[in-house]
Amino acid sequence: MSLMKRNVLLSALTAATLILASTAAQAEMVLHRGNGAEPETMDPQKSTGVTEANIQYEIFEGLTTYSPDGEVVPGMAEKWDVSDDGKTYTFHLRDAKWSNGDPVTAEDFVYSFQRLVDPAIAADYAPIADPILNAEQIRKGEEKDLTKLGVKAVDAKTFEVTLARPAPYFLGLIRHNTFLPVHKATVEKFGQDWTKPGNMVGNGAFTMESWTPQASMALAKSPSYYDAANVKLDKIVYYPTEDISEEFKRYRAGELHITYEVPSDQIKFIEANMKDEYEAKPYLGTYYYVVNGTREAGSKKEVREALALAIDREAIAEKVTGGSFLPGYSWVPPGMIGYKTQYVSFKDMPKQQRIAKAKELLAAAGYGPDNPLNMEILYNTSENHKKIAIAVQSMWKAIGVNATLNNQEWQVYLDTRDEKQFDVARAGWIGDFADPVTFLDLFLSDAGVRNDAGYNNPEYDKLVKNSFGIGDPETRLASLQRAEQIFLNDLPIIPILTYKTKHMVSKKVQGWAYNNLDFHLGRYMSVQ
Amino acid sequence: MLHYVMRRLGGAVPTLFIIIAGAFFMMRLAPGGPFARERRVPPEVEANLMKAYHLDEPLWQQFLRYLNGLLHGDFGPSFKYKDFAVADLIFGGFPVSLQLGGIAIALALVIGVTLGIWAALRQNSWIDYASMSVSMVGIAVPNFVVAPILTLVIGLQLQLLPVGGWGRPSHYVLPVIALCLPQIAAIARLTRASMIEVLSSNYVRTARAKGLPARLTISRHAIRAAILPVVSYLGPAIAGIITGSVVVEQIFSIPGIGRYFVQGSLNRDYTLVMGVTVFYGALVILCNLIADLLYGVLDPKVRYD
Amino acid sequence: MSVADITLGTAPEVKGRSLWADARHRFLRNKAAVTSLVIFCIIALACFLAPHLGLRAPDDINWELESWGPPNLELGYLLGTDANNRDLFVRLLYGGQVSLLVGFTATLVSLVIGVIWGATAGFIGGRVDGFMMRIVDILYSIPFIFFVIMLTVVFGRHITLIYIAIGAVSWLDMARIVRGQTISIRRREYIEAAEASGVSKWRIITRHVIPNCMGPVVVYVTLTVPNVILIESFISFLGMGVQEPDSSWGTLISEAAVVMEIAPWAIIGTGSMLAITLLSLNFIGDGMRDALDPRDR
Repeated sequence: MSLMKRNVLLSALTAATLILASTAAQAEMVLHRGNGAEPETMDPQKSTGVTEANIQYEIFEGLTTYSPDGEVVPGMAEKWDVSDDGKTYTFHLRDAKWSNGDPVTAEDFVYSFQRLVDPAIAADYAPIADPILNAEQIRKGEEKDLTKLGVKAVDAKTFEVTLARPAPYFLGLIRHNTFLPVHKATVEKFGQDWTKPGNMVGNGAFTMESWTPQASMALAKSPSYYDAANVKLDKIVYYPTEDISEEFKRYRAGELHITYEVPSDQIKFIEANMKDEYEAKPYLGTYYYVVNGTREAGSKKEVREALALAIDREAIAEKVTGGSFLPGYSWVPPGMIGYKTQYVSFKDMPKQQRIAKAKELLAAAGYGPDNPLNMEILYNTSENHKKIAIAVQSMWKAIGVNATLNNQEWQVYLDTRDEKQFDVARAGWIGDFADPVTFLDLFLSDAGVRNDAGYNNPEYDKLVKNSFGIGDPETRLASLQRAEQIFLNDLPIIPILTYKTKHMVSKKVQGWAYNNLDFHLGRYMSVQ
Repeated sequence: MLHYVMRRLGGAVPTLFIIIAGAFFMMRLAPGGPFARERRVPPEVEANLMKAYHLDEPLWQQFLRYLNGLLHGDFGPSFKYKDFAVADLIFGGFPVSLQLGGIAIALALVIGVTLGIWAALRQNSWIDYASMSVSMVGIAVPNFVVAPILTLVIGLQLQLLPVGGWGRPSHYVLPVIALCLPQIAAIARLTRASMIEVLSSNYVRTARAKGLPARLTISRHAIRAAILPVVSYLGPAIAGIITGSVVVEQIFSIPGIGRYFVQGSLNRDYTLVMGVTVFYGALVILCNLIADLLYGVLDPKVRYD
Repeated sequence: MSVADITLGTAPEVKGRSLWADARHRFLRNKAAVTSLVIFCIIALACFLAPHLGLRAPDDINWELESWGPPNLELGYLLGTDANNRDLFVRLLYGGQVSLLVGFTATLVSLVIGVIWGATAGFIGGRVDGFMMRIVDILYSIPFIFFVIMLTVVFGRHITLIYIAIGAVSWLDMARIVRGQTISIRRREYIEAAEASGVSKWRIITRHVIPNCMGPVVVYVTLTVPNVILIESFISFLGMGVQEPDSSWGTLISEAAVVMEIAPWAIIGTGSMLAITLLSLNFIGDGMRDALDPRDR
């Protein structure tokens, strides 16, 4: 009797929870997303990483923004005009509101753009604004007057930007999260605390509801967003997921809908068991080895070419990384609209021939069995970097190069690289925007520490710098293509792989689309 | 006794000062800096950053600035997590680590001491061998193996508990297990060893010879003496456990402060490292003091003079 | 046979049987300890003689195989392959060299410094004790990871640094435990008697205090060896330990732990190697403790 009673009670309870759970599910549509690391800051101008950008694009909206498949689409600017010389952009703002009800005005953009280059803010990414008139001078402290920046509020709804040079990629550039607008009154009122939940004011599809560092950040749908009618999610929760194999487990347990990464060791398992949830597509990034051109061996072109020839990129992409990268034969990764991908000369050469040629080149440079070439590969701590370095080491062994491995902790590695205390160092570069310039200006002879190969070719410099002044997209890209051809012929760096964007995306998620910048806005998504 | 405590606390001030100074200057010797990144910032931007965080001042001036802040209860802003002050991060994460670590250590103490005494009373029996072998496995299998096994089997395959995350009571279970296993093992072994020692000592033998029942001898005399090494082990161990474990926190996505020790050092987040070091140093001193006081309570031969 | 004969006959034997001979005798009677010693010697020999056993090289990549492939007896891959298609079993043996060396060197360092430091502080007491334990407190309170980074920065990166770094932190626990024991031993009657009869402090420490602490110390040593091996793996995990292509048990296990679902043999193989070693060390330690205990005849 008592047992039955208890059973009845139990089932009643279960029923009650079920009803509660289902009403809750109807009431709230929540997306759970893994986001790599803990974001460093929610202040757009001060941020540096993809982790921060992912969340900031939900909370703020720039002049232009991303469509699901990565196209430039109107954001706060409903439409825009470009002057004939390509130097003046006039943006006509739509009627949009901040989450506290204030209208979004051109003044907000003036304030935010000035903030990006203001030396007192000390934004890491300030140089990204360099195409704007006087931006470079202001961030370097040569021009003290912030108002000299080439931005202007013509009226409340018209924002005008004057460039120092034509930049046909400007509409894509200003989608970068460091150009997102911030609410002046809020920033000034709260100071450093303005990004805390409760204080923060945004103009995007979501607002920050809570933020527990190292645990989660919850965003709630913003009712004041201009397109709120089409936003389906009620809530997005972002989780820092540093341990990627645990992130994958949480995904499999149903705790996450979208992962930030996919562990390369698990790809075999994934392809066998959950193939249609695995999204791996080309990304605008190149994984490469920098050869230190200021050292004797590295300064010889034969040596660099031999090292590049000996690497079997297909084996690394397939066997070592489990297909989570693509073999890379170019510096500017494929996928830049309008740009013809340039490749190294030996792309189609058979493997045996490559190795034979590599040996020849080494011998020509004076290295052989009696005088073997010794090279140290520098890489920072990471499972993938380690595996790739071990593979490269054995491939170089085949052409008689004695490579040793030097694994350093991140900060020590950066220091060693900046001081140029290496023979060969692993590096990677992800484009900030979809234009070859984001790759090519890295190796200008005056690019400072960013040019870690110490590359210096006046012809290359000339072609890249000339392109800055060319307004016609086609001529400009042709000039850049020639520059990359020279670059790949000199081989100051050895391209090895092209990055892929890798995510697990649950079948419950609708509205997810691939794009090669890898930004996926919550306003387009829904959860079944 | 009160005099002793006051003296110890007074002595802690110079200790803390040495810790602060040591950590502060050691850290600046490490290569890299808080603003070094894959995309190297141009020199003028770096200069702006250095200025914004007072890193352009001479080192001694920065040290004085830091000490002054500390005296006013200000740990400074975090260099890496720019939206937070170091104090926000520490006092936000510490309760979490404290709860987890506190439960784990209490559990470990109960199980470990019981296991150790039991094994000692049945020395060289199968119970002894079995419990010691099991506890050895607890030590031999590292955290970063135990935790993934727990998440895989209990979280993913049996679906009994969440794999990771924080907020509900069910989130406590797996991390507590992962945290307390090695502690159980260590405590059990220490207890067993000193219990065997105590059981063969004269006063226990005398008590037995006088006809005191075995149960009473053990509970009144032996255990008290036998847990002395455990107490001196626990002093520093507690400080370590309640400040969290980077492995456990990372694997289970727990917002404790354990990972700041490693992340802070790796990111060269100077203020954060200083903050956790000062905090940890103070905790260690406090725990050691408590352990020493407990020693006095448990061992009548020790006097504080 | 007379009574005198017996006394004459046994006296030299009692004299010749030293504490150590006695201990050895008792140790050899302990079956668990002896078996463990044999197992441990086999493992250690296999690790250190690995280069002479005719195995393939630890950095030999076989591109024909898959990464984390299953054991393949035909080709001689006893534990299958690692992430880079190398022979995991061979790497386990070579890794053992590093782990065992780190384990024993660092433990020895911690034993010597810790015991002397703790016994001295506990015995002398007063200001000296306060001062010595304050140094321990200070070292305790500095995050370990930072200490390691500093060492690698100042001296460059070398495997001996790991020995030093780990030894330098693990003696602290030892010192505290020995000190605690000493404080309680110090108050015992026989020490007071020795002090009263004018035996020097140093002699009391070495002849009476340290031997009487041996029980907990030996147990703590059996805790320190595994701990040191684990600390080493943590340092390697952060990128400051052994350099590829060298490995250690800790690194191999942490790599295998990630893929335990797709390559369970890898974690079982590497994990049991470590577990067996540590278990046998533990039984050896227990055997030694029992053998050395003067009251346990």
